[in-house]
Amino acid sequence: MNSSEVFNIAWAAILKNKVRSLLTMLGIIIGVAAVIVMVAISAGTEATINEEINSLGANLVFVQSTFTRGGASGLPEGGLVYDDAAAIAEGVDGVSGVVVEQSASQTIKANGVVLDAVTLLGSTADFPSVRDMSIEDGRYFNDLEVDRNQKVAVLGSSLAEELFGEADPIGQDITVGTTRLVVIGVLEEKGLVGDVDYDSRLYMPISVVLDKFTQSQFSRIMGDRVRLIYVEVEDQENLDNIILQIQLLLAKRHDLPLEEADFTVTTQQDIIGTQEATTAAFRSLLGWVAGVSLIVGGIGIMNIMLVSVTERTREIGIRQSIGATPSDIRWQFLTEALLLSLVGGLLGVIFGVGGAWIFGSASGMRTVVVTESIVLAFSSAALVGAFFGFYPANKAAELDPIEALRHE
Amino acid sequence: MAARAIIETKDLTQIYGMGDARVAALDGVSISVHEGEFVAIMGPSGSGKSTLMNILGCLSRPTSGGYFLDDEDVSGLDKVELAAIRNKKIGYIFQSYNLLSRTTALDNVILPLQYDRVTERSTEERKKVAMKVLEMVGLSDRVEHQPQELSGGQQQRVAIARALVNNPVLIMADEPTGNLDSKSGAEIMQLLHDLHDEGATIVMVTHSNEIASHTERTIHLLDGKIDKIVGNGKKAKK
Ligand SMILES: Nc1ncnc2c1ncn2[C@@H]1O[C@H](COP(=O)(O)OP(=O)(O)OP(=O)(O)O)[C@@H](O)[C@H]1O
Ligand SMILES: [Mg+2]
Repeated sequence: MNSSEVFNIAWAAILKNKVRSLLTMLGIIIGVAAVIVMVAISAGTEATINEEINSLGANLVFVQSTFTRGGASGLPEGGLVYDDAAAIAEGVDGVSGVVVEQSASQTIKANGVVLDAVTLLGSTADFPSVRDMSIEDGRYFNDLEVDRNQKVAVLGSSLAEELFGEADPIGQDITVGTTRLVVIGVLEEKGLVGDVDYDSRLYMPISVVLDKFTQSQFSRIMGDRVRLIYVEVEDQENLDNIILQIQLLLAKRHDLPLEEADFTVTTQQDIIGTQEATTAAFRSLLGWVAGVSLIVGGIGIMNIMLVSVTERTREIGIRQSIGATPSDIRWQFLTEALLLSLVGGLLGVIFGVGGAWIFGSASGMRTVVVTESIVLAFSSAALVGAFFGFYPANKAAELDPIEALRHE
Repeated sequence: MAARAIIETKDLTQIYGMGDARVAALDGVSISVHEGEFVAIMGPSGSGKSTLMNILGCLSRPTSGGYFLDDEDVSGLDKVELAAIRNKKIGYIFQSYNLLSRTTALDNVILPLQYDRVTERSTEERKKVAMKVLEMVGLSDRVEHQPQELSGGQQQRVAIARALVNNPVLIMADEPTGNLDSKSGAEIMQLLHDLHDEGATIVMVTHSNEIASHTERTIHLLDGKIDKIVGNGKKAKK
């Protein structure tokens, strides 16, 4: 009996019970498809997040406020203040830019066009370099304009298009709420980063935003507190040193020991690291799900192979009586189990790749089919088939010819 | 000149069960069957006929005793070696045909050739050999039929063709006509006699005195022992 004859017998046995074979494969199909789809989703999410992190600008350090509620009023106490930013820029070596941001929302009018609820982004002058934005036309405002509370504005690319169309916006007036600003620049198109649309915003000195557009209850409570200071470092190598300098400087300014600091300093690396840890946790969960479904699939195969051995006991007896050895019989049934799992694996790959694609286009989430996941899932399926097929095949091989012939 | 012995057994004993349930299905059976001989085995139900056939056919090993088949001591062979003996030296004909269902007559007959490890044959050669024996049993026009499309007599012919395809030294038939009506039974017996005339060595179990009387010798078993051996007045053909 050569291998192609063994293959033909196994294939014929599978085709003889098409529905049963398909149901048997279901566990393997689902297991393999699930691995491929879920890895594709996780890889897609990871790719998106990495892009977002990178597009924030390289070499960033984030200084975040950790407010505490205190006193009878329950008002926030401590935390970063606006002047901390300038202090970092001056007092820490190796810093190439410091940005503080404050956003608000206002109705704006210009060139006869009225737009409601436009996001205003107040920032300091280092914003374009720190946040990786480029100027298309004109210029961004400078430190002096920030200090002097100058009423100047820079347009996001799509905002410029909406307000002025083809016309040149530079030097034009724009009314924000009731305040008139003059346009000094237009930013290059940045596109969506995550769900943030940087192109539809209006950019202006943070002093103007704090002064004119955040006169809410909230901002009165907040006073000159800021939530987040972006610090751009010149060189990644000095990161640890710079972080320490920032911590010491701010602790001293806030008159607090380091252990009780009312701020935290994190880096992009921390965020990427957190992301990677999350992904790794997700991956290992995936691994468990896949492992369990493959094992369930394998048990299904073992079960149906045991049924098959029982049903075909007489056939086994006949084959033995005309010269089939135990290993002939073992191979025949092992091949059948392997074939079941391989065909199941193949269908799983097809459904997995198709499923990832359908899921991606239906949900709008990005999915990236990872070749390794296909290879891994498929070879696991084969392994499962061999492992769970062995016991029934061995059982068939060990049958006594006389008992087998007498069966039924 | 005595013909060479194909089968030679010494004190074959088969014990089933343990303790009180102990049954000696065979109890010290010593027989010999010569090349070209046609021997019938008879005896009441439970006398050990099938047990003896299974041992002679190398489907099982005796609890004790010696067995030479075609001058080879087969009593100590392992499963794999016994499988090879069954494939090359023995052809079986069963009462219930034992063909593979949903498999054509041709493929059923080819089967022993596929398990043949000694003689390498191409697929074409196998088909040719199988066609030849099917022609010999008169089934040239039924080769593509599956067992369920054939009559009992035809199925038994396919089984005989399968038994012959590897040129065995011994043909074992356990009640080959037991499931057949008298007409097709007679046809099958004629086929066996034709094979015998061509020199085949045949051991056959039967319940029919009439059928047994046409063989050369009848071995009567009783309670696992040889009761008597009767010559049927026919000369062994050479
Ligand atoms: N596997 C077994 N386990 C236990 N006892 C067995 C087994 N096979 C046969 N026997 C016993 O051995 C004895 C001989 O059985 P065997 O099948 O050889 O009889 P037989 O002559 O072929 O009978 P029949 O004419 O009914 O076919 C019987 O008593 C039977 O019950
Ligand atoms: Mg019997």
